Amino acid sequence: MPLDPSLKKVLIIGAGPIVIGQACEFDYSGTQACKALREEGLEVILMNSNPATIMTDPEVADRTYVEPVTWEAARAIIERERPCAVLPTLGGQTSLNVAIDLARRGVLEEFGVRLLGADVDVIERAEDRERFKEVVEGIGLESPRSRAVHSLAEALEAQQEIGLPAIVRPSFTLGGTGGGVAYNIDEFRALVDNGLRASPTHEVLVEESVIGWKEFEFEVVRDRADNCIVVCTIENVDPMGVHTGDSVTVAPALTLSDREFQRLRDASFAVLRAIGVECGGSNVQFAVDPANGALRVIEMNPRVSRSSALASKATGFPIARVAAKLALGYTLDELANDITRSTPASFEPAIDYIVTKIPRFDFEKFAGCDPTLTTSMKSVGEAMAIGRTFKESFQKALRSLERGRMGLGLDRRDDWGTERSPSRAELRSRLATPNPGRLFAVRQALLAGIPAAEVVDLTGIDPWFIGEIEDLVAFERRLKEAHGEALDPALVLEAKRLGYSDVQLATALGRSPEEVRRFRGERGLRPAYRTVDTCAAEFAARTPYFYSTWGEDSDEVPSSGKPKVVILGGGPNRIGQGIEFDCCCIHASMALREDGYETIMINSNPETVSTDYDTSDRLYFEPLTLEDVLGVIERERPLGVIVQLGGQTPLNLSLALQAAGVNILGTSPEAIHRAEDREAFAEVLERVGLARPADGTARTVEEALEVARRIGYPVMVRPSYVLGGRGMSVVHDREQLEAYVRAATEISPDHPVLIDQFLDDAIEVDVDLLADAAGAVVIGGILEHIEEAGVHSGDASCALPPYTLPPLLCDRIREASARLARELGVRGLMNVQYAVKEESIYVLEANPRASRTVPFISKATGRPLAKIAARVMVGKTLREQGVLEELAPPRFAVKKSVFPWNRFPGCEVLLGPEMRSTGEVMGMDRAFGAAFAKAQAGAGEDLATGGAVFVTVRDQDKQQVIYIAKKLASLGFEIVATRGTYTVLERHGVEPLRLVPKIHVGRPNPLDLIRNGEIALVVNTPSQQPIARRHEQEIRALSVARGIPCFTTIPAAAAAVSAIERLRAGPLGVEALQDVLLP
Amino acid sequence: MTRAARLALADGRVFHGRSCGAPLDVAAEVVFNTSHTGYQEVLTDPSYRGQAVVFTVPILGIYGVAGAGDDQAEAPQAAALVCREMSRRASSWRAQEPLPAFLARHGVPAIEGVDTRSLVRHLRERGAVLGVLSVGEEPDAELVERARHAPPMRGRDLASEVSCATPYEWTEGFDTATTPWGTAGPVERCAAGRRVVVVDLGVKRDILRHLAARGCEVSVVPLGTPLEAILERDPAGVLLSNGPGDPAAVGRGIELARGLLACEGLPVYGVCLGYQLISLAIGAKTIKMKFGHRGGNHPVRDLERGKVLISAHNHGFAVDPSSLAGTPLLATHESLFDGTLEGVRHRELPVRAVQFHPEAGPGPHEAETFFDDFVRDLAVAPAERAREG
Repeated sequence: MPLDPSLKKVLIIGAGPIVIGQACEFDYSGTQACKALREEGLEVILMNSNPATIMTDPEVADRTYVEPVTWEAARAIIERERPCAVLPTLGGQTSLNVAIDLARRGVLEEFGVRLLGADVDVIERAEDRERFKEVVEGIGLESPRSRAVHSLAEALEAQQEIGLPAIVRPSFTLGGTGGGVAYNIDEFRALVDNGLRASPTHEVLVEESVIGWKEFEFEVVRDRADNCIVVCTIENVDPMGVHTGDSVTVAPALTLSDREFQRLRDASFAVLRAIGVECGGSNVQFAVDPANGALRVIEMNPRVSRSSALASKATGFPIARVAAKLALGYTLDELANDITRSTPASFEPAIDYIVTKIPRFDFEKFAGCDPTLTTSMKSVGEAMAIGRTFKESFQKALRSLERGRMGLGLDRRDDWGTERSPSRAELRSRLATPNPGRLFAVRQALLAGIPAAEVVDLTGIDPWFIGEIEDLVAFERRLKEAHGEALDPALVLEAKRLGYSDVQLATALGRSPEEVRRFRGERGLRPAYRTVDTCAAEFAARTPYFYSTWGEDSDEVPSSGKPKVVILGGGPNRIGQGIEFDCCCIHASMALREDGYETIMINSNPETVSTDYDTSDRLYFEPLTLEDVLGVIERERPLGVIVQLGGQTPLNLSLALQAAGVNILGTSPEAIHRAEDREAFAEVLERVGLARPADGTARTVEEALEVARRIGYPVMVRPSYVLGGRGMSVVHDREQLEAYVRAATEISPDHPVLIDQFLDDAIEVDVDLLADAAGAVVIGGILEHIEEAGVHSGDASCALPPYTLPPLLCDRIREASARLARELGVRGLMNVQYAVKEESIYVLEANPRASRTVPFISKATGRPLAKIAARVMVGKTLREQGVLEELAPPRFAVKKSVFPWNRFPGCEVLLGPEMRSTGEVMGMDRAFGAAFAKAQAGAGEDLATGGAVFVTVRDQDKQQVIYIAKKLASLGFEIVATRGTYTVLERHGVEPLRLVPKIHVGRPNPLDLIRNGEIALVVNTPSQQPIARRHEQEIRALSVARGIPCFTTIPAAAAAVSAIERLRAGPLGVEALQDVLLP
Repeated sequence: MTRAARLALADGRVFHGRSCGAPLDVAAEVVFNTSHTGYQEVLTDPSYRGQAVVFTVPILGIYGVAGAGDDQAEAPQAAALVCREMSRRASSWRAQEPLPAFLARHGVPAIEGVDTRSLVRHLRERGAVLGVLSVGEEPDAELVERARHAPPMRGRDLASEVSCATPYEWTEGFDTATTPWGTAGPVERCAAGRRVVVVDLGVKRDILRHLAARGCEVSVVPLGTPLEAILERDPAGVLLSNGPGDPAAVGRGIELARGLLACEGLPVYGVCLGYQLISLAIGAKTIKMKFGHRGGNHPVRDLERGKVLISAHNHGFAVDPSSLAGTPLLATHESLFDGTLEGVRHRELPVRAVQFHPEAGPGPHEAETFFDDFVRDLAVAPAERAREG
């Protein structure tokens, strides 16, 4: 069946901001879908609130709406654009939920729009646990015994039947939010309570535990003619009990015999058919009892998912692209396999390597949270690696994580054999409780002599995987025996084939990594590069998609003779480094390809568009370590390498790459170093006559106290080595400082603590600029932070253009930025952060690289900064590119960050110098208030237009809050306040005004009101008193849990007021980027 | 420790590795298989007789060797295994023995540590080639020379070698724990109690299991059983099995097929070699393929039902589709990889045959409907025959 001719115009719903459980993979799938549909001559309408996505580039769709991903905005878009159909299966759970809302609220019917890929019935059968279970049982399969409940009483009844441990799963939540495993009745009650709240339908499933069973995922595709294929099978190394997003996984499934494998394959198709997925990609998850093969169907997603992105990268089969084409009416056999180009898409990829995915966690960002892994996903990113053996692939994946691990142990972070070596008892506990370091604990347990069988019992991990680690441990012992001896090429090669890095070899053999590297060079020991071709070499493939291995021949590089440029990607997503940098890397690749260069991407993140095989001329799926990057460079011999677009990861490699003789394109590594090194940067600022906050460095507690006394409290403190504000804190007095320094010196013993003057109440400003070799500087944009200085720039909301800064001050900022760029010799992008206090401008930091805000500014102004920067890096001037002056953004654009608080119960809900957000949205409109309202809605924190506002502010904010309270009261809100704030507001005649007792003073207290749903908005600026602070924390945490917007700074509250004012005037409009940017 | 081993090809390429099976030398045709799972089934499949099988999947042996329920013959059949890595540990509730031990016990040589991707690329470009797997010390050139003198596959009647010596009855279906479940739904049992004669050209037990699971009474007879002896058993239908070697060399098989086809109204089905013999008997031609089809991911279009079947393949010869012209055979299946003819049926008679493996073992199950078609034909045919008789 070819293309359905009645389809002309299709709305694709994107996934919105990056959150835990829904990341770049939906930009990848959405972008593929847009391309696939437009190839067919369809008009594509796209909605997505995430400005850092490639899919929202104005060239990707015909009409792009950067609007909140809500049914209301979708309705407005449908009303304007009148699409024939909506494609909701490529934007994750968010998109499916909007589709269900559109159907339920009659919008689809009203405008005669149909759903493609999955209908509402299908979505509900798959997502509603009870209905899913019925379907599964109807086809003779089993799912875990379970009952859906709507109250605690019902839950307790169900628990009687099911026993403990039991799994609690809230219905219709993303990545299992709010669910978990209950081992005792108290945990059970708590999880049910939490789950009922997290579920939009107030329903949770109480389920039989299959903890410890093996877990498999089948990525399946079906077409309208009922042809089904399994694209990829995935086996979880971590058994059932850990969310698959948090599990180490391998592809293909390794421990299934053909009999078992085919049974699961048949079962996947049967589930797909019974659920009624007419066409598209789906994912089916199974639990298998390792003792007897008993099978349970756990769940299925009737859409592309994180796993399907992984499957696509693991096999080379573009699931999202194919799913989009199938939705249009094609069948699998009518589509070509892009990789071989000679065979159809109706086949199952054969792979001749092993893929390992390891999740990345950033628990240290969330003080107070529990790093135990459960059925609720907590990882913020993932790395994937490919090798010809599990050991190789596994060790490559570990070093791809960029957590300072160079493989399984034998690196600087390895504490085995030091005084910090864990005891056997500690190791046993680390094995028994799933946690991010569990596989490292397996190695240490085996080194400590704990028998493999016991490790298997404690972890529930399949003995085969434990056996592989046992082999590595045995080899490690052999390596260590060769410590100090002459390097043996046979041993080095054997180690390489097991995935060991030069750093690990150096550690084990008592050499430096450089020595090992030199030795390898002399002996010609180099990695081989093989292609990912979907067919295990059965057919000739033209894929430009490579990975390294050892001791084999290489597959040849298809060469065009064009000059080559290597672009280093950003590695796994983490807090502080994610899709924004990927977006910049892709833009560079696009621009340079257009200009006749051959681009070569190196990256290890399976979620992203940059690791799509057709983004660059060649893709190397490799860890971003010096050794792995140099391996590719030696093979490709590019004219240079771009390091300034992938975030801190490639930047950290720049000096070492240069030292190895690699040409770094753009800003020189020395200039980067001058900007990053504190002392050197102080000199730079002095030379250009710019001020910075007073500061000092301390190596001891005494020194710290002395520096702080000199500067004056409050001060900002941090360890000397940071990314994304890690370990930073604002301290207000001597006691806090002492406590911080004692903890900080624990974190980083070799590095001193840096202390800066903290500019209270200052406004922070971010500037992104372009500079070229001719000394031209063009400002990309000036972003005014809405929260005051002290909130990490990645977390702060900000506005473009500035909404309160006077024009003259902006000019001074422009001029200062240009001076700084020229002094540093920037070739490409630079981000400068300023604090503005009264009339003074202080430089906080300068980063001569792409920043997190580059895609936001690019989208708001229509000027692709990263593309221009890439061209500058290969020698084009700004003038040659026609980039002469700053563009005025045609609309107000507000960036708002989203936070994973709901994933980390127990952690403090507060903005600070430590970055904690996972993603961002953009709100765009003619007026600031409307743009802010859209940003709030996009972030899932809709502002109410009436009700009660709880206001409690610290003393120094009491004057400023009066205006806000008056304004809210005039808009019809009731103001609720505790004694201190109440008194001030009463004195100024604010009404209606209600007094509530503080927590522990009387009831009902603010927490009661929030629980009862009486509060629509919270304005709370945190005080410094410990007790008040703890109470405020409870209030903020509860507001977040209930989805009530909570503003913790006065400027943010003021912005919210202007947004509410706008919302009361009528519904917000929608506008396509193409109309705004290219009129 | 393990012994060094080499695989020398007749075209001069030599691949190095370590022995991981029986420490023996063997000469064989080197072919590759792209299945992710099912090494036990492949190893025991008589169609692999005389062949060294290179696995593209990078590791073998992880789930060990399960019981006889997974075996396709009494004992291993392939001449040798070639792999990138062999797991010494077996991890599965079904495992009875690690794969290397199984290989050693059955005298099957195997080599691991081979750059299998380069080997497969070589085979893809040069075609299936003869080779020698050796654990000996002689120079490479000598091994290559030995490979050159190994018996070629073309013109070789291996079916006679692997066929059973005496007739036997087969009653066993699939293990309950591993019953193929799902796609085909409950198996068709309309021919329960009907007798089927399977001519053993190297039959895979999964073919017999599929027939037994459908309630057929299965008699297996050796190649060389006279037509009369088969008809004496009063079969409701006859199935010519899969098997190894060059179909054109199996003269008595072609003769037998011709005789069976002359019993008009008798359902005659064929799988793989059986399909080729039926085609040859009717006047079509077979050709040797460059490197053949071996794997579990091959898309085949069912031209009658309009569906795509992902199917198990193992064939180095094929029926030339142009040679069907003028015969009463119609194409029913074609490969979507390269257009190879994959199945035929007779215009008038209940005769069907497929080149690929509907019994899977290893491989996907969707082509099992072939056996349902067979039993449906069995259910109608005897009455008609009785009328004619």
